[in-house]
Amino acid sequence: MLDFSGFLDLPLIWALLIATAVFLYVLLDGFDLGIGILFPLAPSNECRSRMMNSIAPFWDGNETWLVLGGGGLFAAFPLAYSIIMPALYMPIILMLLGLIFRGVAFEFRFKASEKRRWIWDSAFHFGSLTASFMQGVVLGNFIQGVEVTDRAFSGGALDWANGFALMTGIAVVFGYALLGSTWLIMKTEGITQLWARQVAKYSLVLVVFFMIVVSISTPFIDDRMLNVWFSFPNMIYLSVIPLITFICTIMLIRALRREYEYQPFLFSIALFLLCYIGFGISMYPWIVPFHFDIWQAAAVSTSQSILLIGTAIFLPIILAYTAFSFYTFRGKSSHEAMY
Amino acid sequence: MIFDLDAVLLARLQFAFTISFHIIFPAFTIGLASWLAVVEGLWLKTGKEIYQEIYRMWIKVFAVAFGMGVVSGVVMSYQFGTNWSVFSDKVGNVIGPLLGYEVLTAFFLEASFLGIMLFGWGRVTKKMHFASTLIVAFGTLLSAFWILSANSWMQTPQGFEIRDDGLFYPTSWMEIIFNPSFFPRFFHMVTAAYLTTAFVVGAVGSYYLLKDKFREHAKVMVTMAMLMAFFVAPLQLVIGHEHGKNTMEHQPIKVAAMEGNWERGTNKPLYLFGIPNEETETTDYAIKVPNGASYVLTGKLDGEIPGLKDVAKEDRPPVAIVFWSFRVMVGLGMLMILTGLVAAVLFWRKKLFDYKLFQGWCILMGPAGFIAILAGWFVTEVGRQPFTAYGVLRTSESISPVIAEQVAISLALFVIIYTLIFGAGVYYMFKIWRKGPAIIGDGQKYYYDHSMEASMGRIISDEISDINEKGKK
Ligand code: HDD
Ligand code: HEM
Ligand code: HEM
Repeated sequence: MLDFSGFLDLPLIWALLIATAVFLYVLLDGFDLGIGILFPLAPSNECRSRMMNSIAPFWDGNETWLVLGGGGLFAAFPLAYSIIMPALYMPIILMLLGLIFRGVAFEFRFKASEKRRWIWDSAFHFGSLTASFMQGVVLGNFIQGVEVTDRAFSGGALDWANGFALMTGIAVVFGYALLGSTWLIMKTEGITQLWARQVAKYSLVLVVFFMIVVSISTPFIDDRMLNVWFSFPNMIYLSVIPLITFICTIMLIRALRREYEYQPFLFSIALFLLCYIGFGISMYPWIVPFHFDIWQAAAVSTSQSILLIGTAIFLPIILAYTAFSFYTFRGKSSHEAMY
Repeated sequence: MIFDLDAVLLARLQFAFTISFHIIFPAFTIGLASWLAVVEGLWLKTGKEIYQEIYRMWIKVFAVAFGMGVVSGVVMSYQFGTNWSVFSDKVGNVIGPLLGYEVLTAFFLEASFLGIMLFGWGRVTKKMHFASTLIVAFGTLLSAFWILSANSWMQTPQGFEIRDDGLFYPTSWMEIIFNPSFFPRFFHMVTAAYLTTAFVVGAVGSYYLLKDKFREHAKVMVTMAMLMAFFVAPLQLVIGHEHGKNTMEHQPIKVAAMEGNWERGTNKPLYLFGIPNEETETTDYAIKVPNGASYVLTGKLDGEIPGLKDVAKEDRPPVAIVFWSFRVMVGLGMLMILTGLVAAVLFWRKKLFDYKLFQGWCILMGPAGFIAILAGWFVTEVGRQPFTAYGVLRTSESISPVIAEQVAISLALFVIIYTLIFGAGVYYMFKIWRKGPAIIGDGQKYYYDHSMEASMGRIISDEISDINEKGKK
């Protein structure tokens, strides 16, 4: 059978691919969840329609990255999938339920009568809020690791509800709010844009605060992470990351001050990327933190090989037509129903 | 604990509930996507606005159904891990890549071009829009291909070996993907989706005829739906029949349960009615056609039919569910065939659009496809019990180490939330149907009215209204 393991480090490649899928998910669904988080704060109903229209053509594609993240994990690291899912049972189910509410709101909102529209507006908001918060909780728990015996989760039902995870939950909510508001700066005009700029400034302050808190506390969760960051000479190379993060933050503030339209979004993306790289460096090479590394949890190499071929062919195609879709819906969004 | 909660049972119930909910929408979107492609093709070819009007009405229904299909589907892709983690760990090497391919080849395709199909109206050329509809339709079929391959592998597993660690390892991808029950299942399911859609479209058209509204549109809908019923419903019988023979070869006990047959033997009757009794191991109160089952399944009156007693009690599926679901599905299939035949006769007599009784009948048949599909899946899935991968992995050995209370709570949440969402979705669909197609010329917008330039123009007027609104505050 087809097998590339002789000349490729398949688990490493798959870990990078899944990390990329998850990052694209965080970025893409991040801005549209962010819009849901900010939804009730918008200045008018027309603004809300416009916010919704700016993401309506994309949300489904954006969410598919989550399916790829989950499906990819199942295919490439079944052991990790089968430990993490039961361990984080409740946060994941709640995230999915949140995504349901916010997903159907897109269709239902424009079909509801004026009088009932508030129902779907709240479904959109609370769904987005729940999903984002739960994603943060999943992140927090992933960083801390879960209890494992043999090949299965062996912790308790409420292990996930700990202080650190609740904090990362809130951090993600503000992070997404930042992405959402900077997206709106790019995609809207007039009072919506004015308002989005304001919101972006507040979110940024909170994001910076949480970035600092999470970055400082993470290395102390496990000695191994502490060693990665605070040993010589790693410390010198790795200090580049906080440095660039600092520069990006300054640039973002500047872009907001000068009322640029595209730059705030791009710098927010850069901030996310830097946090993500930092997180990746902390976690490497664990996929079920502190129990199984990516080589121990990997699917058999023939399975990883067959799917790698598909990925090599289809991932570029997917990226191409995703780009085409963003290009088709370029420009500022309007508030009218779009069919 | 007051109740002794059984985690396996709850996890099964939860999976059955969420997947049954999910399949209702794919069944509809697979059919609708293909139908919309045909309608849009007719519009481009003939230039008749009536097709555009029909398209624009049904795409709203499509959007609602698709949205619900996506959100319930995302849940499914995590349920393997949350509820069946041991299953995922054991067979991940084998079916993981199939699901991976589904995401890579189908889901992204559908999701991205759906955006253009729904909102690209006027932003892209007509040809590009048509291409998007075609791509979405193709995507839904591709998605069915992969997921049904995964499911069929669970029914008729092959192309793998079990090593000392108890895990499944692939030995041939061809054997895994094109496992013995794949082709009958794929064709049976796609045809089922087409029939389901046809009966919904037919019901809506008949409703307009009955109410004497949108007659021209209704005629197109009813004609297309009845063509489908006439040609495809009988085809479904043939495919289903082949499917049954295939099942007899690979999952004989399932067939025994479908037939309510306990003793292996020849000259077995076909039960039209009966109550399978697992205590006495008999099928009581039977109304039967002598030699029927033998004839249908083997082509010979004295053909040999497997019996449930061929295996130990603990290896049998729950008989009554399989037996009854099978009769519901086949019964509805027969009614569909009948509908197609009646339509043909009425058409011959030039009365297809004027016969009120028939219109009422078509409205009643509207949900028939959904019920038949659910019944069919119940036959397939319950008939596979007590295994998740037939013959090689038991359901009781597949379950996650999750706490029963957690599963119970989430099951309750799913039931409540799905009921609400489903209620709302159906309500909005009915709203679209009641309103009917918007007639072009009634101040309705033509294709290019939705173009970039036009929407830019609207933004400027929006700004003015925004400013007015601000002034009021
Ligand atoms: C015969 C067809 C069929 C069957 C048996 C299933 N599905 Fe499905 N699924 C589809 C046909 C489909 C579809 C036609 O492709 C959908 C329906 C509406 C839609 O948006 O795509 C879809 C959507 C859909 C999505 C959302 C895709 C997106 O983000 O666009 C996911 C993640 C799944 N499904 C996963 C599953 C899983 C894990 C299943 C089994 C346990 C399953 N589906 C059974
Ligand atoms: C789409 C239509 C489907 C329906 C309506 C359906 C229905 C069901 C039902 C009723 C059960 C519970 C059986 C029982 O426990 O007695 C079940 C179980 C299950 N099905 Fe399906 N199913 C569908 C498709 C699929 C597909 C496509 C897959 C996999 C690729 C799948 C995988 C499973 C698994 C893993 C279980 C749980 C284990 C078990 O109880 O056997 N199902 N399904
Ligand atoms: C007309 C006569 C029909 C026959 C003889 C027939 C036969 C069968 C058989 C034998 C199975 C079980 C296969 C297995 O599990 O191994 C099955 C499953 C199924 N049937 Fe039918 N069927 C008929 C009509 C229909 C109709 C009208 C629909 C829906 C519109 C339908 C939808 C399904 C579905 C969705 C399944 C489960 C998926 C699968 O295993 O293919 N069937 N059918």
